[in-house]
Amino acid sequence: MDATEKEHSFIVSSSPHVRSGETTSRIMWTVSLSLLPALLMGFYFFGPKAILVTALSIISAVASEYIFEKISGKKAAISDGSSFLTGLLLGMNLPPSVPFYIPVIGSIVAVVITKQLFGGLGFNIFNPALIGRAFVLISWPRAMTTWMAPTAAFVALDAKTTATPLGILKEEGMGHLMEVFGSKINLYTELLLGHSAGSLGEVSAIALIVGGVFLLVRGYITWHIPFSFLGTVALLAWVFGGKAGLFTGDPIIHLLSGGLMLGAFFMATDYVTSPSVRKGQIIFGIGCGAITMLIRLKGGFPEGVMFAILLMNCFSPLIDRSVTRKPFGAIKVNKEQKK
Amino acid sequence: MGLATFKGGIHPPDKKILAANCAIAEAKPPKTLVIPLSQHIGAPCKPLVTIGQEVKKGELIGEPGGFVSSPVHSSVSGKVVAIGDFPSATGKMVSSVVIENNFRDEWTTLKDSPDYMGLSADELRGKIKDAGIVGMGGAAFPTNVKLSPTKEKTIDVVLINGAECEPYLTADYRLMLEKPTEIVEGLKVLMKVLGVRKGYIGIESNKPDAVASMQEAVTGETGIEVYALEVKYPQGAEKMLIKALLDREVPARGLPMDVGVVVQNVGTSLAVYEAARYGKPLIERVVTVTGEGINTPGNLMVRIGVQISSLIEECGGFKNGVGKVISGGPMMGFALYSLDVPVTKGTSGILVIPEKDIVHTDDFGPCIRCGRCIDVCPMNLIPSMLSIFSEKGFFEDAREYNLFDCFECGTCAYVCPSKRPIVQLVRLTKSMVKP
Repeated sequence: MDATEKEHSFIVSSSPHVRSGETTSRIMWTVSLSLLPALLMGFYFFGPKAILVTALSIISAVASEYIFEKISGKKAAISDGSSFLTGLLLGMNLPPSVPFYIPVIGSIVAVVITKQLFGGLGFNIFNPALIGRAFVLISWPRAMTTWMAPTAAFVALDAKTTATPLGILKEEGMGHLMEVFGSKINLYTELLLGHSAGSLGEVSAIALIVGGVFLLVRGYITWHIPFSFLGTVALLAWVFGGKAGLFTGDPIIHLLSGGLMLGAFFMATDYVTSPSVRKGQIIFGIGCGAITMLIRLKGGFPEGVMFAILLMNCFSPLIDRSVTRKPFGAIKVNKEQKK
Repeated sequence: MGLATFKGGIHPPDKKILAANCAIAEAKPPKTLVIPLSQHIGAPCKPLVTIGQEVKKGELIGEPGGFVSSPVHSSVSGKVVAIGDFPSATGKMVSSVVIENNFRDEWTTLKDSPDYMGLSADELRGKIKDAGIVGMGGAAFPTNVKLSPTKEKTIDVVLINGAECEPYLTADYRLMLEKPTEIVEGLKVLMKVLGVRKGYIGIESNKPDAVASMQEAVTGETGIEVYALEVKYPQGAEKMLIKALLDREVPARGLPMDVGVVVQNVGTSLAVYEAARYGKPLIERVVTVTGEGINTPGNLMVRIGVQISSLIEECGGFKNGVGKVISGGPMMGFALYSLDVPVTKGTSGILVIPEKDIVHTDDFGPCIRCGRCIDVCPMNLIPSMLSIFSEKGFFEDAREYNLFDCFECGTCAYVCPSKRPIVQLVRLTKSMVKP
């Protein structure tokens, strides 16, 4: 009896004593992986410039996280993949032709100011990549709205610039959009594939849907935010999006263009900055969709996904608090208390 | 229609195969047994023996110290060699009687009742009380108290909990295979005591042979039915079981009797039968000794008071480098700091986890608000916020988030990708604020 005792010392800790295999870093790397199809489509259409922008963005994000954690004496946690994902998302949200300092500064703002200064992973209020993007958009509006035409050729280094489909829709209207793309079917196909101007990771709707469905199927995200977001956009685009009056809009163009797919599946679903309670996520998604369409149809910018998500980020804690979850057995206690 | 269940829950690997096929075997009682006088929820017992006194197997050695209390009996024949405070599995020192076994296994005189079903409800309740029966699923609440509902509560159904939703554990499973008739007889006694006509037995559907065995045992009985439950942790929690089988919701911080139900574990039901039929006190129970860290897992019939170390020895000792020895299941059991603590009436299993399989949570990460814990919480709470409040010291806020509805099942901590010790934080907070 004593022999057994002396040979072993036991680990004593609180239950439960078994844990699932899921970890924070596995989540971050899985989400990064799910962005790969859209990223590759961006590389295909925009060539080496897109690769450079993405690489700079990721490297700056990871490096600034590492440096900040070193300076502030925190334990370095770059292997959890969250700064990699932030850099990747920021890069995918930039036009492929931006000068090199834009991804660098954007990443520093995203990681240091938006995330670390608010307390690090789990404590930031706003989506870091989107704040990074908002910062560079406001600081360098021209560079950030100069769109490279997709060439599908790695040789065309001096690519032409053009407007994004949403830009054309806003400035010149549906008629001109049809002239550019030929037919509606052609327009939809180009938008699905990503053969249109835009941020390098947002153009290919089909690649983003593939990644998003992968995350849904594997349970890394739930349907609540993307479906309520996309559904609200589609509904409002159909009701208010047409020039000929109510219920004449084209929801498909609005769904497939701009940063919507990237935003709905990968940015709005960021765990930290969206509500945690599923019911609250539906409210969040509807809010994102409504603000997106308000900006697209009535605002000064052709695209509103970024500001919509950032604005709704502010409301996440409030939404979580206001969505009441009835604890098991709660109703009967209330009745008794009333007596 | 799907199997009966509740909302939330998780599916950890059940690992029951390690011990599931091992028939219940008698564990050799060792030379010395330490029998705690408090093995139940409620007041500790007062010792009735003195040092040097000879006791027989089944002899009363501790009398209840209050209404919510339960007597304690000697589990061997022998001599009382010490009375005093000895370490228990939870780490507390507990007043205990140490008995030196004379290996003669002489029974004290038991009151046999071949016609036990002819006894009155009060007589049966008395037998259950005198036998020192407590809930054997782990909580160890005195059974006779559960069977004495206040006048304003009307009980209409008795549930026998055969869910055994904790991974690894197979004690209840083996009992349902090996002693189904006795369990059903126990249920009939319980129904008679409470004057109810309905008795349901709930078993998780990953034990189809147990379902079949119990179904056979209830054939011809009126009012007794066997139900298969969805395999999901914590299906065996009283409130979840009642929700699944009867669709009744036990009020927050209420008891099953508030919705007309009394729940008893299969082991308890067997003990009730043995007490009613043979007058046999609760001096032994089935303990599953299992895990990847034990040489020969098994289900042992163990005398109360046997040291855990002797059980480990009986099962071939450790292998694979021991990390944790857990009393109970992996989800709600507690890690032992020493093997020199006794098996009590509530010990359902001894689980040995090798060091390599231990998930260390001392360097847990921040909450990334993924919402997984919220999805799985069977009580519909927000565990993420409870853990954050606790970490920051905002204990009062945690109470507003229904802290005291948490029964610490551990589903939240199981799914947490940041490996946060949510249950531990909840326990800390509970100790800091009043309910």
